[in-house]
Amino acid sequence: MLAVDIKKKLFGPEGDFFLEAKLDIPRGGITAIAGASGSGKTTLLRILAGLAQPDEGVLQVDGRVWFSGRPGRKPEIDLKLQQRKTGFVFQGYALFPHMTVMQNLLYAAKNRDLAEQLLEMTGLRKLRDVKPSHLSGGQKQRVALARALMQQPQLLLLDEPLSALDEAMKSVLQDELLHIHRELGITILIVTHDSSEIYKLCSRVLLLEKGRISADKTPRELFVDRRTTQKFAFKGEILEIRSFDAIHIAVVAIGNNLVEVVIDSYEKESLQQGDKVVIGTKAFNPTIRRYETREFDFSRL
Amino acid sequence: MTGFDIEPFLLSFRLAGVTTAILFVVSVPLAWMLSQSRSRFKPVVESLASLPIVLPPTVLGFYLLMLLSSRSPFGGAVRELFGLELVFTFEGILVASCVYSFPFMLQPLQSGMEQVPRSLLEASYALGKSRVRTLFSVVLPAMKPSILNGLIITFAHTVGEFEVVLMVGGSIGGETRVASIAIFEFVELLDYRSAHIYSLALVASSFCVLFIVYSVNHHSRAKKRV
Repeated sequence: MLAVDIKKKLFGPEGDFFLEAKLDIPRGGITAIAGASGSGKTTLLRILAGLAQPDEGVLQVDGRVWFSGRPGRKPEIDLKLQQRKTGFVFQGYALFPHMTVMQNLLYAAKNRDLAEQLLEMTGLRKLRDVKPSHLSGGQKQRVALARALMQQPQLLLLDEPLSALDEAMKSVLQDELLHIHRELGITILIVTHDSSEIYKLCSRVLLLEKGRISADKTPRELFVDRRTTQKFAFKGEILEIRSFDAIHIAVVAIGNNLVEVVIDSYEKESLQQGDKVVIGTKAFNPTIRRYETREFDFSRL
Repeated sequence: MTGFDIEPFLLSFRLAGVTTAILFVVSVPLAWMLSQSRSRFKPVVESLASLPIVLPPTVLGFYLLMLLSSRSPFGGAVRELFGLELVFTFEGILVASCVYSFPFMLQPLQSGMEQVPRSLLEASYALGKSRVRTLFSVVLPAMKPSILNGLIITFAHTVGEFEVVLMVGGSIGGETRVASIAIFEFVELLDYRSAHIYSLALVASSFCVLFIVYSVNHHSRAKKRV
């Protein structure tokens, strides 16, 4: 569906480098664009949307050329972003502050039926007449997503859509995104550097390093097969360290779970409240059971 | 000893009202272009537009008098085409006011537009909307305090102008004798009582106008914080 072969000079804090992207994206999947900050992820997404212009190259969607240009010349074809009709979700949501949720949606397209349907799908129906300043981060993100979908785009571009949200809200919205993707069957590109998000959502990861695609794999290939491990490791934050005689217990928040971990006195000295920690254990005897009935379609991964 | 003649005030407010309306219509597109422009001519336009702030009003008034006089090509052309005399007439001081108060409308609008987050504009474009539609549906509604600022400051500044009007318009009752000029004349005639009444009325009305601006700004900022 999407064929990209573009080049653009980027000005990074550690010197200039070239964003060189050559890739094909088939219809229908969710693809992650991952990489360290400053590697050109967002620029690549903005080029696809028409918010930034490559120096040279070709960009084709469904056989139609969106951009075509040679170095040092005015591009022969550069479809205006208004005509590209991609759904773009900005990192900061970019909701229109003077419009209600419903008005934000209707501004995108005067299609009341679709707006109702999308509000229903994203659980925003009760908030339709509320202005963005009264919404929580997760609600704003849902509105931004619904608004982008109002144009019924073939291609949905998400720029770190969940990075500002807490873990619990992230998880809920990831489920919603999967749900929407299944319902509408659109092609999604998502910029993210959250590995669990990639694993949960995406069928493919493009890893950008200094403007070059250094890996193009499935999440499993990228994260699991590369360093196969028999360990569980969870990232969390220490909320409290309690001491009973010689025993010390750290209360750690992992996602929305609270876990109590026994630590020794040496660890107690080196750790303190607020530290970000990794809790690991050998997985020689883990228990596994389903905790909710809704199943994810992991066969995609 | 004269009674209180309200005509100079009405004239001042009419001049200020029409000037504000004209400048708003002219400044919105220009401010929009300037706020979006990365052209190297942008500083030239900005400097030209800001000149009335730094120039002594007499300089401006003198050039405007030269320009508007029916002996100049511009003034002559206006007389030929529209049958309008631009010196010592209401139309003349209207043109002069528009030049003199121009930066007071342009600058608040431009800075208001520049403060609208770039991502809002991009979001609107990405939703397929044109620049013009974006200006009216997204940018202007998002900068109401700046618009109010521009309107009120322009209005107040025009009410307060004196030298430019005097040079271009003189002091013709019902035509160009605005409140500020009427006060000047009372003082010249040693009619301090009338000068006091007029001056006090101007002080009071100016305070009210400014008070409204600051209250509204304060209110909208307080609302944003919630």
